[in-house]
Amino acid sequence: MKVLELNNIKKAFGDLSVLQDITVTVNKGEVVAIIGPSGSGKSTLLRCATLLETIDSGEIIYLGEHAARTDASGHVQYEDAEQLKNIRSYFGLVFQNFNLFPHYSVMKNVTDALISVQKVQKGKAKERASALLEKMGLQDKADCYPYQLSGGQQQRVSIVRALAMNPEVLFFDEPTSALDPELTGEVLKVIRSLSEDNMTMVIVTHEMQFAQQIADTVYFMDAGRVVEKGSPESVLQSPKEERTQRFLERYSTP
Amino acid sequence: MTLGTIITQLANGLLKSILIFSLTLIGSLPLGLFVAFGRMNRWTPFKKFALNKKSRLIGLVSSIKPVQMLIKLYISLMRGTPLMLQLMVVYFGPYYLLGISIGQNYRFYAVIIGFILNYAAYFAEIYRSGIESMPVGQYEAAAVLGYSKAQTFIKIILPQVIKRILPAITNEVITLVKDTSLAFAIAYTEMFTLARKIASSQTTLVPFVVAGIFYYFFNLLVAWFMERCENKLNYFR
Repeated sequence: MKVLELNNIKKAFGDLSVLQDITVTVNKGEVVAIIGPSGSGKSTLLRCATLLETIDSGEIIYLGEHAARTDASGHVQYEDAEQLKNIRSYFGLVFQNFNLFPHYSVMKNVTDALISVQKVQKGKAKERASALLEKMGLQDKADCYPYQLSGGQQQRVSIVRALAMNPEVLFFDEPTSALDPELTGEVLKVIRSLSEDNMTMVIVTHEMQFAQQIADTVYFMDAGRVVEKGSPESVLQSPKEERTQRFLERYSTP
Repeated sequence: MTLGTIITQLANGLLKSILIFSLTLIGSLPLGLFVAFGRMNRWTPFKKFALNKKSRLIGLVSSIKPVQMLIKLYISLMRGTPLMLQLMVVYFGPYYLLGISIGQNYRFYAVIIGFILNYAAYFAEIYRSGIESMPVGQYEAAAVLGYSKAQTFIKIILPQVIKRILPAITNEVITLVKDTSLAFAIAYTEMFTLARKIASSQTTLVPFVVAGIFYYFFNLLVAWFMERCENKLNYFR
């Protein structure tokens, strides 16, 4: 089953074309890793998929339901607010710099959207949050405020916050880039455990080794295009495209 | 007149000053938020003309933001002219400009209207500074979680904005305590007007000293209260 279809996505900022005809399909349980140099459009693609940016052309479809489509005359049409709200409940996004709500405790960060957006009962929301926090080894941090946590802990809380909403697909936008090397491990461990639970995930990352270990499909992007896609072995071990080879060389020779 | 009667009379005036102070805050703090929204409004109703980019005039017209412009003008007038003058315009304006006869009670209403309009402009700019300093990531996190725009503002943005702007608000509130004395411009007898009256009729400077002490302690109380508010918001960073 296709959880997400991004078809022929185009996006430009002014005269700068950032995404040029990108097509990505994500199946249920699939882990997709998107790699590529800075400015290649990886993050923009994620932001388009999560409706934080609007596309100029193309289609965004979640579970067979359109979020955006392009009509015959080339105009992009997004669904109405009601449907988009519905679509938003299908995905979660983990940001590079966490974006936790500083004035909410860990528990409230996780439960507030459940209660005030999904209208889950307060007790049930807390139950779900506690279970997830415990799974992430954060049970004793429930009453802490974000500033009291390390970067790694904050990122794990933001993963719990996204997970609590029960998304069909979870997006990660360079989830370890704001962390120092000592802390990336704990976050990667959490993401790995999610892949073991068959969570559908799309991960933009610079951690090549990690991508190789957990991804089912790797997309290599450059200059707003998908240069190469395939299994981690084919893209990361024996890339066919010269551009991919050049990019990966920098990672293999430190 | 003994010191005791001066103090009692001025204490009565102080109550009126406190009344101006309180009503001004009750009115201008919420109004300022709406003014701030207007100041940040980007509505460009003439944008459809922008398709024709050949003419510079049309380009200019198409970028006009009427709400923002209007609010900018309002703020610039409120900040650019003396509050004393604004009070006089509000008080005498209806009669001299519009020919509406005004009742005895209007003096008090004029004071309150003038103060609220003036302070809302200043508060609006403080709100704006706070709102615009919020990292965009907070809005994005809320959007992805499905919060509506109103929920995002009230639950996520506003509490953080309040923490950020509290020191600036304190400044303004303390200024307001002293500014209540400007009500003398339209002869509304709050504490300072009263002090002037007593001083000239009794040829003594004592009422000014007493009034000064009253203002000082009033502000000490305000500063103490605002610091408590700041401390209350210290639980997060």
